[in-house]
Amino acid sequence: MKILVCISNVPDTTSKINFTEGDTKFDTNGVQFVINPNDEFGLTRAMWFKEKQGAAVHVATVGGAQTEPTIRKALAIGADEAIRINAEPTDGFFVARQLAEVVKNGGYDLIIAGRESIDYNGGMVPGILATLLDMNFVNTCISLEVDGNSATAIREIDGGKETISTSLPLVIGGQKGLVAESDLRIPNMRGIMMARKKALNVVEPVDAPQPTQDQKFEKPAAKGPVKLVDAGNVGELVNLLHTEAKVI
Amino acid sequence: MSVLVYTESDKGKFKKNAFEVASYAYKVAQDLGTTVTAVTINAEDEASLGNYGVSKVLKVSNGDLDTFNAKAYAHVLAQAAETEGAKVIVVSSSADAKFLAPILSAKLNAGYTPNVVAAPDSTSPFVVKRTAFSNKGFAHTEISSDTKLIGVSNNAYGVHENTESAAVEDFAPSLGDGDFTTKSVEVDKVVGKATIADADIVVSGGRGLKGPENWGMIEELADVLGAATACSKPVSDLGWRPHGEHVGQTGKPVASNLYIAVGISGAIQHLAGVSASKTKVVINNDPEAPFFKAADYGIVGDAFEVVPELIEKLKEFKAQNT
Repeated sequence: MKILVCISNVPDTTSKINFTEGDTKFDTNGVQFVINPNDEFGLTRAMWFKEKQGAAVHVATVGGAQTEPTIRKALAIGADEAIRINAEPTDGFFVARQLAEVVKNGGYDLIIAGRESIDYNGGMVPGILATLLDMNFVNTCISLEVDGNSATAIREIDGGKETISTSLPLVIGGQKGLVAESDLRIPNMRGIMMARKKALNVVEPVDAPQPTQDQKFEKPAAKGPVKLVDAGNVGELVNLLHTEAKVI
Repeated sequence: MSVLVYTESDKGKFKKNAFEVASYAYKVAQDLGTTVTAVTINAEDEASLGNYGVSKVLKVSNGDLDTFNAKAYAHVLAQAAETEGAKVIVVSSSADAKFLAPILSAKLNAGYTPNVVAAPDSTSPFVVKRTAFSNKGFAHTEISSDTKLIGVSNNAYGVHENTESAAVEDFAPSLGDGDFTTKSVEVDKVVGKATIADADIVVSGGRGLKGPENWGMIEELADVLGAATACSKPVSDLGWRPHGEHVGQTGKPVASNLYIAVGISGAIQHLAGVSASKTKVVINNDPEAPFFKAADYGIVGDAFEVVPELIEKLKEFKAQNT
């Protein structure tokens, strides 16, 4: 089995978000970038397929040279090879088109992407990719087993979960649950050394439309101070929720 | 040229988000000088959509679609869009809608913006406001493709009544084996309880509750309020509660009217995930907990004393107000 894990290079979850150039750009100043958490769960599951089922695991990202430390981290975790498509990932449709080229040329059976990147939250790349390539697709995937050509996936639904039976070739939009938080791997020194020798192939993007453009960003309005209620007067909270907030 | 909206139902009954997306579609249709056509799949009482501005319903009745199937449902909507010549398609932010929307986007070559929280800034150019950076910010995004697909956030635009008379027409899309290459084997879903996705009120517990054995009072508080239960990331990582209850940046987003956080300090990732909730209440024994800066109401105190007291006061309130 040949697996492609799609990686987004995103601000660390603890990042404070600011905008620059007249609020038209995300301010990367002082921001630590990481593998998108939803992708990292998928990458870790891919490592399981590599170790237990002999899968080959490649990673791909659409991004500039500044994303290479994140890609190297994926290699240090254990991916065999990496592909970087040299373009800014400003639109999900565009990104999916780029990844579709990689999949077509690489002959992958299973494509694992995150259900969404935690920066722009488009949540569309895996589904568009699957549809462009006429592959099966399962979103918000929290469990994946592959047996030969058959796959059993569990997806999170509103208020529960659904088990889905399908077949390869398959694209999943993954998230926590594919592996547990405690299964995530911190690259060790040997992994980091080996990652330096692994192939990181840079390819130029194909022409593709970008049907959406972010014009301007804003931060949420500043919040007023909290109204504190004395712990000995809990009834006052009920009163405020009813008469002031009008939520009960 | 109508605006097409997919109004979701569950076992025949429209979901709450169906009326919100219909209301949103009506606003877009007004801006564009056109009308709203809704697609329903095995739903009942289609004509009621008129109350939210729908003037035509394409009614799909097909036993093969009793269980949700993203590819097949996307194919139904693509055919409906073609039939109607629709250039704007509106869907919700449910798990099902977020599953089918990218498929539909690819089928129609439509630019897709999910998580839209307000009526379009403008329709020429077509610009919408959506959340980004996991609710730490907003983006104003132009959709420049000929066909546009909008995913409306839960509980943001709201439900608005607009009396139209909805004409219901049968619509029989053509579907083949290729639409059913993923098969639902089993659905395991809570029945008769509010879910985090559509609950008006969510009650959430954190590590301050000290252990899973103490969740009884969280559940009781939720029961009194008709609320869904949720938890912080450490709680789900510790296995105290199922992953499906984890709310925050890498878990589920919450956009309820009221969010009550008990024993949750308020890590930045958690606050981002729940920031779309309209009123936030925090109960925590640490007055320095960051959540107090993000909350509307707070009680500094021991959850094991405050929560049972709150349950009692709410029961009294309910007894007087029903």
